[in-house]
Amino acid sequence: MSKSIWQNGIKVGLIGGVSAVLLALIGMVEAFSQRDIISNVISMGHTLLLLVAVFMGYLAAKRTTRTEPLWVLANSLISGLVVGGLLALFVILGSLVNLRKVFVNAMPALYELLTFKQGTQTGVFLLLGAGALSGVLAGLFFLSPKLIRRMLIIPLTGIVGAGVLQDMLRPTFSLWGPLAVINEWLYTANGLTVYGAIGLFILIAAIIYFWAKKGSAIRMGLQRLPAGGQRALRITSFLLLFFILFVLPQILGLFLSEVLTIVGLYVLLGLGLNIVVGFAGLLDLGYVAFFAIGAYTMAILTSPELAFFSLSFWEALPFAVLMGVISGVILGIPVLKMRGDYLAIATLGFGEIIRILVLSDFLRPWLGGAQGVGKIPKAFIGSLEFGTPQMIYYLILAGCFLVAFISYRLRDSRLGRAWMAVREDEDVAQAMGINLVATKLLAFATGAGFSALSGAIFASKLGSVYPHSFNVMISFNVICLIIVGGMGSIPGVIVGSIALVGLPELLREFAEYRLLVYGVALVVMMLMRPEGLWPEAVHRRELEHDTMLAKDEKEPSKP
Amino acid sequence: MLQQLKRLRERITPTDVVMWLIGAVMLAMIIWGSAATLSAGRYARYHWFDFIIFGLAQGSIYALIAMGYTLVYGVLRMINFAHSEVFMSGPYTAYYVAAAFYSSGFLERQPILCLVMIFLVAMATSTLIAFLLERVAYRPLRNAPRLIPLITAIGASFFLQYTFRGLYGAGFQAYPVVKILEGQFVFGEYRILRIHAVVIVAAALLLVALYSFIQRTRVGKAIRAVSEDKEAALMMGINIDKMISTTFVIGGMAAGAAGVFYGLMFKQVHFFMGFIPEIKAFTAAVLGGIGNIREAMLGGIFLGLIESIGPSLFLDGLGIVAPYQLKDGIAFTMLVLVLIFRPTGILGERLAVKKA
Repeated sequence: MSKSIWQNGIKVGLIGGVSAVLLALIGMVEAFSQRDIISNVISMGHTLLLLVAVFMGYLAAKRTTRTEPLWVLANSLISGLVVGGLLALFVILGSLVNLRKVFVNAMPALYELLTFKQGTQTGVFLLLGAGALSGVLAGLFFLSPKLIRRMLIIPLTGIVGAGVLQDMLRPTFSLWGPLAVINEWLYTANGLTVYGAIGLFILIAAIIYFWAKKGSAIRMGLQRLPAGGQRALRITSFLLLFFILFVLPQILGLFLSEVLTIVGLYVLLGLGLNIVVGFAGLLDLGYVAFFAIGAYTMAILTSPELAFFSLSFWEALPFAVLMGVISGVILGIPVLKMRGDYLAIATLGFGEIIRILVLSDFLRPWLGGAQGVGKIPKAFIGSLEFGTPQMIYYLILAGCFLVAFISYRLRDSRLGRAWMAVREDEDVAQAMGINLVATKLLAFATGAGFSALSGAIFASKLGSVYPHSFNVMISFNVICLIIVGGMGSIPGVIVGSIALVGLPELLREFAEYRLLVYGVALVVMMLMRPEGLWPEAVHRRELEHDTMLAKDEKEPSKP
Repeated sequence: MLQQLKRLRERITPTDVVMWLIGAVMLAMIIWGSAATLSAGRYARYHWFDFIIFGLAQGSIYALIAMGYTLVYGVLRMINFAHSEVFMSGPYTAYYVAAAFYSSGFLERQPILCLVMIFLVAMATSTLIAFLLERVAYRPLRNAPRLIPLITAIGASFFLQYTFRGLYGAGFQAYPVVKILEGQFVFGEYRILRIHAVVIVAAALLLVALYSFIQRTRVGKAIRAVSEDKEAALMMGINIDKMISTTFVIGGMAAGAAGVFYGLMFKQVHFFMGFIPEIKAFTAAVLGGIGNIREAMLGGIFLGLIESIGPSLFLDGLGIVAPYQLKDGIAFTMLVLVLIFRPTGILGERLAVKKA
């Protein structure tokens, strides 16, 4: 028995160690070390490795077969030690062989980071020690009661968050007179101050403690409010949200507004694809095609460079959306009979065909070829120009509200229920009298229309369109954000866009590893939480129902 | 008679009509374009011969990759989206072996031995990646709804792509020149580049070997049994998990070899190199009728030929400028057309209906 327990710790540790070495080799640790979480104490890169070690220690503690504290601790200690040991082995190997020839990121700077600048010999022991320590800490953490665990993990997450997002928070704070004091106290030029970090920790921990003691009472109080009061509360919170969204670009400054506009465009795309994938269950990987069609329609109709037409933004917008809808139907007809993976590949093919056509010299006189189309005018209302990111933000915000509203209404309509029926089971849906052709085509058309709207705004925002803006990665990004947010869930799309599009834009270091993280997120999501971060209520109920059924099947003896 | 007509009219839906119209227009364009090109006589006979040889070489690479798709589709009923990364990982890793041999001069002295070792390294890496992929990402999802493994596969594909990008860097790496593969054979007015000949022959040997492995050996039989009916196979005492792993291993080996052929033919490797061949190979697998091994191979070769001949044969005749830019478009258009009109594949039996 004891042998299997050691094995568990070693196995978990090996997985963690390999991931840690991989993180180091692909350059993530090094790239992240540019930024300190707490100034001169710990950098983002070290935090990453620490997280791996602690997480693996926790996992090892969780997976032990025996619950005695000593066994748990021993297990997490071993796994931490193995993680540290593998990193140490990597450092030793690196000092003996020049790995740089093959692995571009195996640079001397990386070894320096891994050995804490203490040279190979001391560094190896330091690594082992750090691994063991984080393992023990993880074990202790696992053994401590739930409230303490929460009081530790949430404030620590808060500190890491504050450190990671410092570039965004610092300038925002400094814009506002009284908050600038906080800024001074909390941040140095790179990372949090030590006092700031401790203060933040205590503050968040206190809030958690308070919430744990009094939170249920407050929630009860809110629930006991009379219906009118609850409604007033909802309306107030909605108005507050609207107000915040409205003044946001004024607070945040130019760069962050730009990020917001990008997030907003992805929300538009996501809401559109959400109808196709989330509601109707048709996995469309060529979604970028409609984005491109919207953008190019806008370009052709407005740009003086091509000089076919010279409509204004608002005159061209309906045509762009209409073109999107029409092409959605046209591309939808051939793939009507396909399901699942066939559909995915066929639509992927469509997306590529559109890109290849746009890029080719053959259609150059009409679409501009590889050089694209320029001089697309901005939108105007009266003399108000939607030129700066702040102004475009409002344009996109309006679009998002419109599309979200339509999505909500469609979801609860007869059509929306038909889509969901098709998603759950096509054959049964047809047997229930749902017209598959019309239902699917409407899904494609609506999704494509939203996407074209997004594309049209994108064209006007950039002032030019190039074929390279419309590669297949956009489709994948949108798919990722829908899935991470929760398929079929409208708030999920927004959460997903912020998490997968907004955050990477804010983190310069992250940009290179964006798709790597997307990939991991997709796989982990599918393995652990297929319903997404913010699942749609119905879907969640169904999934839970399914797992309940599965449990019942597994344990038939239970009454 | 009238009744029959009426029944016929009921059976044909408007979408069918639209689809047939699209198909008819395409077919007409192809015929018209080909006729125009052939009557103009812009290309001599040896041109066509060149196109065919290049198409065959390219097609045999597609065939090798397509086999991996078809095998995996057979046993798991899913499209292994990450197969492109299985394909990429092998030659990319083997590039470093090749570069080391080249700089030490070993490649000059023992080219055959070196090539064999490069192949072994590539195949081993691809196999390892394929095996791990199945173990880590797909196995826990064996009984999940269809969309879930597919999304996992897309995620795994990204993860692998960008892991290799992180490991080996984002640039193109040029495969070293192997002297014995340079030059050409000449027969009268026809020429064959030596590399093309080698790729065609080696790939053909490999395809035959893999095919007979699947058809003749016990393990191959077991794999086929699993793809026919998992439960029945289980009852016959076949270890399903092991057979699925074996399937991935075989697919990985084929993809690794295909990757080296690709590297030797196009002289460069890159972390994104798998994407286009992936869709092409998938097209090939669909052309043959996915799930059928021999047909997928033939589909690959057929697609390679069409892609190589097509632009000059019918796009040129239609008066399209720079038809070679639309080469990839041909493959995708074929994919869509086949999926529309014969989802069971041109050569396929009506298997896919039952399985899909």
